[in-house]
Amino acid sequence: MYKILAKRVLNDSVFSLEIEAPFIAKKVKPGQFLIVRIDEKGERVPLTVADFDSQKGSVTITVQAIGYSTKRLSQLGAGDYIADCVGPLGMPTEFGSPKRAVVIGGGVGCAIAYPQAKALNQMGVKTDVIAGFKTKDIVILEAEMRAVCDNYYITTDDGTYGEKGFVTDVLKRLSETEDYDLVIAIGPIPMMKNVCSVTREKGIKTIVSLNPIMIDGTGMCGGCRVTVGGQTKFACVDGPDFDGHLVDFDSLMKRNSLYRKEEEHICKMKGVL
Amino acid sequence: MSDSMLKRVVAPEQEPLVRNKNFQEVVLGYNAEMAMKEAARCLNCKNKPCVSGCPVNVKIPEFIELVAKGEFKAAYEKITETNSLPAICGRVCPQESQCEGKCIRGIKGESVAIGRLERFVADYYMENYEFSAQPVALNGKKVAVIGAGPAGLTCAGDLAKLGYKVTVFEAFHTAGGVLVYGIPEFRLPKKIVSKEIETLEKLGVEIMTDMVIGKVLSVDEIIEMGYDAVFIGSGAGLPMFMGIEGEDAVGVYSANEYLTRINLMKAYLPDYDTPIMNSKAVAVVGGGNVAMDAARCAKRLGAEHVYVIYRRGEEEMPARKEEIHHAKEEMIEFKLLTNPTRILTDERGYVSSIECVEMKLGEPDESGRRRPEVIDGSEFELEVDTVIMSLGTTPNPLIRTTTPDIETNRRGCFVVDENQKTTKENVYAGGDAVTGAATVIKAMGAGKNAAKAIDEYLNKKN
Repeated sequence: MYKILAKRVLNDSVFSLEIEAPFIAKKVKPGQFLIVRIDEKGERVPLTVADFDSQKGSVTITVQAIGYSTKRLSQLGAGDYIADCVGPLGMPTEFGSPKRAVVIGGGVGCAIAYPQAKALNQMGVKTDVIAGFKTKDIVILEAEMRAVCDNYYITTDDGTYGEKGFVTDVLKRLSETEDYDLVIAIGPIPMMKNVCSVTREKGIKTIVSLNPIMIDGTGMCGGCRVTVGGQTKFACVDGPDFDGHLVDFDSLMKRNSLYRKEEEHICKMKGVL
Repeated sequence: MSDSMLKRVVAPEQEPLVRNKNFQEVVLGYNAEMAMKEAARCLNCKNKPCVSGCPVNVKIPEFIELVAKGEFKAAYEKITETNSLPAICGRVCPQESQCEGKCIRGIKGESVAIGRLERFVADYYMENYEFSAQPVALNGKKVAVIGAGPAGLTCAGDLAKLGYKVTVFEAFHTAGGVLVYGIPEFRLPKKIVSKEIETLEKLGVEIMTDMVIGKVLSVDEIIEMGYDAVFIGSGAGLPMFMGIEGEDAVGVYSANEYLTRINLMKAYLPDYDTPIMNSKAVAVVGGGNVAMDAARCAKRLGAEHVYVIYRRGEEEMPARKEEIHHAKEEMIEFKLLTNPTRILTDERGYVSSIECVEMKLGEPDESGRRRPEVIDGSEFELEVDTVIMSLGTTPNPLIRTTTPDIETNRRGCFVVDENQKTTKENVYAGGDAVTGAATVIKAMGAGKNAAKAIDEYLNKKN
């Protein structure tokens, strides 16, 4: 059993849980993920690490309550326990040695982009952040992001906060003048795909973080396979970070839709909204 | 000779068309009377060929003699002198190619049903007696075991009985390895596995789940934590794919994923949250026991058609005869001498059919089996919505890549000597991590050897 040390509500559907997991906290690096399971009958849910504290022995995940298990997770709070927390899984992000970086987060993806911006900042890399949200009400982690980057840009689809438009609009504009040599994009698949088509033209190295369906997180089920550069890769052991210019986003999007119907069904059946 | 001595006592089974709709055990097992009758068929041969066919050398004629006399508890104790998991072995060992394959009775009639007898004895004991396992006095030494599958659990049990403090690190949330994630409930009820694991815990074995070694801790870090020796029984968990077009389509599973969802994550029980596809027609590609398990699970989940596609003939199938027989009885449709060429999808990217070619057998290849060759122009399509790839597995690289001073071969398997010792000081390995995908009992044999070797080594060291 793993104790939830703290909970923080970021918006109506996004929340962070700080979990006591000393073994993991000692080893984890930005870009890696955990698998959590609420109880004996629960699913194994892969979630990228949003923060960690090796001294305290804790790891933090940021979750959007979107499916059955994440909605159940959202009902837990400090002092509650979850059955399992496995990790750190996957490969840490390979930042290389960039001179000028931009980290792009879309929606809840900002939570996973945050440790990347923080790491780059600590490496002394001049780093910008572009954060995109649908609307003002769901903006998360603005202060945190601002604290770890040089310039912070924010967009909303409906213009209720920051610039009206998409992260790619800002990226296009900035890349006219800024000499970026690394882009990290984390968010919904269409966003990552669009960012990649902007950066591909300009030849800027782009890392994306994928979150496909998986069970074990150790290479055993093969459910998380993605096509990267024409080759089959397992996101759990080869990723979750990949060269965005090589990822087949369309096939990933299809594979991720697999259990959507089952998901709606179980939510209705078990009365989780 | 009377017919009753030539033929074995048949163990009752669930009716095929009943059982292919439930996950309860297929073979119901002997009762006491049947067991004693079957035991009486044993010739009690002097040279005991059956024992030499058993990877853990169970004292077969001795235990069978006790069964014949109705001394079931004594028979159990006889078996467990060399085999700590009899209820499991009695169910999943390929007896026909091991003990029973060497049985003298088998020359002129049917071999003695050694597996069925072993299972009866183990089940009888479990029903009627409490395991009296008591932790033995600790000898002050600690051993770490990586992987709570058949190899690791056997090694852990044997070492605990010798007074070692044993910690087992398991990556999944439940101990058991392939016994819980791979082999379905209808072949090996999970309560039997959990009972065996409870027994180990009573012996003082500590099991730490959720520990992916190579990630959360390396082998070197485990040694630094004060363990005197390490046994690696991490299995062969990586699924292989064919590399054909459409393999990334929605509805293509590895057998590992499909079976794990069902067996470990209990997707067949409505109160578990695990999703699985509601398939109408399923193609399972492969001819091993895992393929049979996947096919039979798919049928039980309600698929109307379940095809097993295998590129050679039935004779060449690596699955146990009993499993093939059971699968056929359960209306699994076999497409033999057939090989998939691509998977076709609908506009949403979901599997709509699998295209195959017919094969013929040519000259034997290096494995000694006749090489399948494509019959030109024999392409045909099978309409399916799910494809399960069951082509075998290879060892997981997580430990290999984080422990470079352990030598591995080109297939990624750990290289060990006759004592299961790797090229790294204090580190032993066994089971599928060494042999590549093999059987439960071979892994148990390796775990046993390793325990013996570790004990000898640590005794010598002092």
